[in-house]
Amino acid sequence: MASNHFQNNASASTLSGPPSTGDYITDSVFRAVALTCASLLILLLAYILWEIGGKALPAFKEQGLGFITGTTWNVNEGQFGVLPEIWGTLYSSLLALIIGGIFGVTIAIFLTQDFLGNRFAAVFRTIVELLAAIPSVVFGLWGIYVLIPLLRPAADWLHEHLGFIPLFGTELSGPGLAPAALVLAIMILPTVAAISVDAFRRIPYKVKEAAFGMGTTRWEAILKVMLPTASSGLLAALVLGFGRALGETMALAMLIGNNNQISLSLFAPADTLASLLASNFPEAGAVEVQALMYAAMVLLVITFVVNVIGLAVQQYTMRKFEGKK
Amino acid sequence: MNAMPEAIASDAAVFSPAGDVVIDCNLSKVFYGDFLAVRNSSVPIEKGKITGFIGPSGCGKSTVLRSLNRMNDLIPIFRFEGHVKYHGQDIYGKKVDPVVVRRYIGMVFQQPNPFSMSIYDNVAFGLRLNRFKGDMDERVQRALERAAIWKEVKDKLKNSGLSLSGGQQQRLCIARAIATEPDVLLMDEPCSALDPIATRQIEELMLELKESYTVALVTHNMQQATRVADTTAFFGVDISQGGRTGYLVEMGVTRQIFEDPQEELTKQYVAGEFS
Repeated sequence: MASNHFQNNASASTLSGPPSTGDYITDSVFRAVALTCASLLILLLAYILWEIGGKALPAFKEQGLGFITGTTWNVNEGQFGVLPEIWGTLYSSLLALIIGGIFGVTIAIFLTQDFLGNRFAAVFRTIVELLAAIPSVVFGLWGIYVLIPLLRPAADWLHEHLGFIPLFGTELSGPGLAPAALVLAIMILPTVAAISVDAFRRIPYKVKEAAFGMGTTRWEAILKVMLPTASSGLLAALVLGFGRALGETMALAMLIGNNNQISLSLFAPADTLASLLASNFPEAGAVEVQALMYAAMVLLVITFVVNVIGLAVQQYTMRKFEGKK
Repeated sequence: MNAMPEAIASDAAVFSPAGDVVIDCNLSKVFYGDFLAVRNSSVPIEKGKITGFIGPSGCGKSTVLRSLNRMNDLIPIFRFEGHVKYHGQDIYGKKVDPVVVRRYIGMVFQQPNPFSMSIYDNVAFGLRLNRFKGDMDERVQRALERAAIWKEVKDKLKNSGLSLSGGQQQRLCIARAIATEPDVLLMDEPCSALDPIATRQIEELMLELKESYTVALVTHNMQQATRVADTTAFFGVDISQGGRTGYLVEMGVTRQIFEDPQEELTKQYVAGEFS
């Protein structure tokens, strides 16, 4: 029972009293439940790492770091290297981030800076968010049957006339980096747009007032005041979008061509780590599974590093622009 | 507070200042949608003087101030009848860009609102906006000195403006507003978020500013008006029509308003009978 030191010196008529024993018990129970949920999450993550790490260990001992720098994947000769997949993962995600980032932030500006009436903005936002509900495999099919034929004339023209630029160095092979990156960009667009919209919405009205009070035009207000103010939120949007692009599997497995090569050309087929895992697992023998586990670890590490870097950049902008410690 | 009969308010003699009028503001009606926010307020702003706006909450003094540089345009449902003329030109004229109006008539707000950028960039913001070509560093330093904050920030100009305390942020905003030397400076309760020491510094700054600019100051604090304002406009609230409509009760030289008010309502207000 909780003690009440003030019982005797309070005035006779007070209605104040201590919390009941039940209140204190509820407090402790709630704390315990919250702590359990949080630690379970961490345990789960540790367990996944442990399992994958354990299964990847034989391959790690066998291949060493040569696995990361190797460029061939030959099951019969026991040669495994994922450099082309690392390259393909980073390259396709980066392209997707550039395209999806520009479109996502622009859409967020469009939706939040009084270009549309409130009702239209809400409808438009819902449509963008609906993109996130389209299954990955549908995006893959759409890419094969719609996007690749659509890209072909432009790709042929670019290769023919600007072929000396490495970006357009090869002919469009059908599946390849360009369709894969475009579909990835569409897939990360809802994430980037939704979080950017929140970043712009969080800007207090007084900031807008200050900008217009200084005599800015609308674009000056958006570019010189709103964008820097929202920058940490926009960075978070981009980091999340990039993370999503790194791990995306199904659409990429269908669109990227699954070809073990390193090329700067947008039209060349390539491969990503996630797509390698998805395509090779079903028929993999024991040794190849170990190698695939190793590849999964590499993907995990890349995602982790990207997130840490993103977080660091975000902290830096918060310090620089918002003066937060 | 008793509702004042309309007849008395309308009878209040229109104040005409002795010197040049920079902004001739005559608002017969200001609406937000259907809501009549302000009526019958003719407030001339005299050149090189501080004009104080006082009155109880909801009396429309901020609304009047914000119509002087078209800040009310940000509110889509705002409309008014009357005119606001700046050096004889109608600032609400068809061909007048509100952006230009706001560059000549600067503003300091009630809540400090520095931008998310460095202290230096905050002050240089207006200079860059106006394509200032001269010595930026010197202008920034001068603006910060006049806003009585230079000594505190001179070693950390690269830090974010938001890392400062509330009072420092407000002085930074004043530095930002005066860096471009606008012709008129509107101040909407600039000291309401400040401690007494910072308030004193800002008041000294206002007195210094009026040497070169014209200042219009909304204040909730009557003592502040007596300390700095040359002319004072007292606004009241009329609740007789159902809504709360602000209107100009009396305007005159500050000493006259506080020592010899002509209206009964002014008398009660300056005596502290309501606020």
